[in-house]
Amino acid sequence: MAARGPGRVSVLLPTYNERDNLPLVVWLLARTFSDSGIDFEIIIVDDGSPDGTQEVAQQLEKIYGSDKILLRPRAKKLGLGTAYIHGMKYATGDFIVIMDADLSHHPKFIPEFIRKQKEGNFDIVSGTRYKGNGGVYGWDLKRKLISRGANFLTQVLLRPGASDLTGSFRLYRKEVLEKLMEKCVSKGYVFQMEMIVRARQLGFTVGEVPISFVDRVYGESKLGGNEIVSFLKGLLTLFATT
Amino acid sequence: GSAWAALALAPPGLQPPAPLRQALLPLPVYLLVAFGCYSLATVGYRLATFNDCEEAAAELQEHIRAARADLRRRGLGLGAQ
Repeated sequence: MAARGPGRVSVLLPTYNERDNLPLVVWLLARTFSDSGIDFEIIIVDDGSPDGTQEVAQQLEKIYGSDKILLRPRAKKLGLGTAYIHGMKYATGDFIVIMDADLSHHPKFIPEFIRKQKEGNFDIVSGTRYKGNGGVYGWDLKRKLISRGANFLTQVLLRPGASDLTGSFRLYRKEVLEKLMEKCVSKGYVFQMEMIVRARQLGFTVGEVPISFVDRVYGESKLGGNEIVSFLKGLLTLFATT
Repeated sequence: GSAWAALALAPPGLQPPAPLRQALLPLPVYLLVAFGCYSLATVGYRLATFNDCEEAAAELQEHIRAARADLRRRGLGLGAQ
């Protein structure tokens, strides 16, 4: 294994049918890290995508090197939480970044996460769409309303001390993520919420960086009516158990 | 909550004076309505001030163009888009 630089960042990218977006996000990540001199590796956890995502990932591995691009696929769609657990096993960095692979999260914010982490020695740095000059692009009024409404509910019920609970663009210290993954059991959006809530319970510190969320460029979004119902159920469960 | 129940719903022997009870009984409803108004106002305000990241979207499009060109150069077989 190659010697690792101090403060190496491991990026976990769970993918499903991201043949078009994957090369773009990897290119942006590689560019961002080399521009800012941050040592990195990208761990791609693909759940048996039928659209050729893994073939593209293999080409990327040839281009960037297998010390930078780690393919750790799984046979079928097994969910986000387990994808993180699986990918984390191979992470050699001090920090782990989780993000969406569909270009809604721009890698340019990662150096800002790192800067923020150093500033307050935070255990977690969470990208927030709701504070500062954070925001979204490509959402209609209905989507924005659902987002703000859901977030309001989580603030009232959970009082989490973080403004964007359902966001999934975050940097974790590796030991912190490992600890949290042991404890979190929810799925989907609630999983992201549970991570922050449990983190606060365990006394971990959370810093925030405003980010812009640009709604996905290619492919199909995975948000539907079912998600909303399970969000509400999960929120109430968290409220009752924390 | 329990303080309210104790004062407002107390049996006749233990009731606080009438004016106090009259004010106390509808309190939960008032609080609920007040909270409802607060919620609507807060969510409405946050909805109205939700930032739209136009420049971020434009910048992303540029980055995508640069990425595709560079990746093609480096030998990635990109599909038709």
